[in-house]
Amino acid sequence: MAKPTASPLRTGLVHLALGAYTLIALFPVFLVVINSFKDRASIFRDPLAIPTPSTFSLIGYNTVLTQGDFVLYFQNSFIVTAVSIFFVLLFGAMAAFALSEYRFKGNTLMGLYLALGIMIPIRLGTVAILQGMVAAGLVNTLTALILVYTAQGLPLAVFILNEFMRTVSDDLKNAGRIDGLSEYSIFFRLVLPLVKPAMATVAVFTMIPIWNDLWFPLILAPSDATKTVTLGSQVFIGQFVTNWNAVLAALTLAIVPVLVLYLIFSRQLIRGITSGAVK
Amino acid sequence: MGSLKIENIRKSFGQVDVLKGIDLEVADGEFVIFVGPSGCGKSTLLRVIAGLEDATSGDILIDGKKVNNTPPAKRGIAMVFQTYALYPHLSVRDNMGLGLKQAGKPAEEIKERTKIASSMLSLDDYLERRPAELSGGQRQRVAIGRAIVREPELFLFDEPLSNLDAALRVNTRLEIARLHRQLKATMIYVTHDQVEAMTLADKIVVLNKGRIEQVGSPMELYNAPQTIFVAGFIGSPQMNLIDATKLGQSGARTIGVRPEHIDVSKTSGEWKGSVIHVEHLGADTIIYLQTDFGPLTVRLFGEHQYEVDSTLFATPMPGRTYRFDNDGQAIKG
Repeated sequence: MAKPTASPLRTGLVHLALGAYTLIALFPVFLVVINSFKDRASIFRDPLAIPTPSTFSLIGYNTVLTQGDFVLYFQNSFIVTAVSIFFVLLFGAMAAFALSEYRFKGNTLMGLYLALGIMIPIRLGTVAILQGMVAAGLVNTLTALILVYTAQGLPLAVFILNEFMRTVSDDLKNAGRIDGLSEYSIFFRLVLPLVKPAMATVAVFTMIPIWNDLWFPLILAPSDATKTVTLGSQVFIGQFVTNWNAVLAALTLAIVPVLVLYLIFSRQLIRGITSGAVK
Repeated sequence: MGSLKIENIRKSFGQVDVLKGIDLEVADGEFVIFVGPSGCGKSTLLRVIAGLEDATSGDILIDGKKVNNTPPAKRGIAMVFQTYALYPHLSVRDNMGLGLKQAGKPAEEIKERTKIASSMLSLDDYLERRPAELSGGQRQRVAIGRAIVREPELFLFDEPLSNLDAALRVNTRLEIARLHRQLKATMIYVTHDQVEAMTLADKIVVLNKGRIEQVGSPMELYNAPQTIFVAGFIGSPQMNLIDATKLGQSGARTIGVRPEHIDVSKTSGEWKGSVIHVEHLGADTIIYLQTDFGPLTVRLFGEHQYEVDSTLFATPMPGRTYRFDNDGQAIKG
């Protein structure tokens, strides 16, 4: 709640800080986008200039859409991200429900164990994961990526959703039990709709690292058929020559889906982030 | 068809014993109220009856059938919660019908039974609304309607009025009393409000620290409390409980006398005290006295004027004092 005593100076400073941060955060994105619409020479001549009719060029987009198999790469990214989010939300919510709803021995310990993944980066286990995937014959499949990303997203999902599910009224769940709903119905029909904002938060936090990841696609699925957008863009970066037009165009295209999803989720997201803090 | 028998129910959460051996019988059609201070186990007992909590030991029998391992939905019960607990995404109609739908009842029957319940509670105009579009009182009526639709053997109410404001509380209380007469169903009702307990119950069960202190009709509890706890809990203002030694009486540890059973006089009487505070309630006047043996509350009917710091003499009405022994048990006779 806004304090009525907040002075204009204070508010002004806060807005200044927020504005400065926004500029810093958006600047690289802005740079990528404007330069993706310029020809090669003008990118190097004046990287900060906005494309003018004389420097405007779609050559980057042309290269991307004709040379690489970018439709396929996009499709791969979509499949991997969407399926991973689906599993993260499903399993994360189920685990969170069990932890928050049922009293059983080792409940707290189990919760801590599941949250451990927040502190230990999954990349530390890359070698073991690769060995496992080779043994299972999953190298160069999207399944490998989906499995890894689901594992990577679960800890945070369980952690956030667990907190939210504790806030769902016990009476409501008990009313469902008396009306004869099964535990699964209570979970899917009563609890999930009430934690939707939290689900959106988790979805966005899960989606962005997956979509942007270069590490696991490079290691687990570098074949042409399974390349994701971020990995696909790398074909334009050579050891000696880099096709900057194409790289920037590919990156610009890669931003779009994230942006669209963010806009869709943002209202829910903001509710999810703040609803824990302000009642 | 709606009797309940509870045999030696115990319930522990880890090291904490919440219920320490409860035995109780409720006859068909009775309105039974569990009262007690918070933490006395009354809500836990209700949840054990509903099957929402498993008892650590002991048996629950509904209509003579042991239901220890029967899930809540199959016990023939319906429950009304303090927080209403309506399904936020369903309309009033669907809220009321969900239980029957889950039980696989035909749509015609669900519609019929919802209609009866909604007209009983004058909810006909709100059937298509969502809970968020209703006031607190309406929401609680929907919650009661949801219970009625199930046509249960046993109604369970968990502090249904505590979230309502004072005026609405009286109305809803009357409504529940009317429903009980109309449906002739067995009802079990949990509250910490003794006014609700006294006005609604056929039988009151006073719980304290996980044990039953006394079971009886409201007037039995008022006129013949078996323990000092019941004596102090039933009646408002509270019964005066006076250390017997300070009064020079032997054969009892504590003497109890209700504020309404004391006469006052400005000239003479048994106990002398000075007025600390006077509350004028219109119908009643409540006087707080400081005496040699401690504070004393007196309730007089009608309007009376007494100055603070003036001296008053109080005399208990004959035959209206209670005596309790060292264990807090009432001494008869």
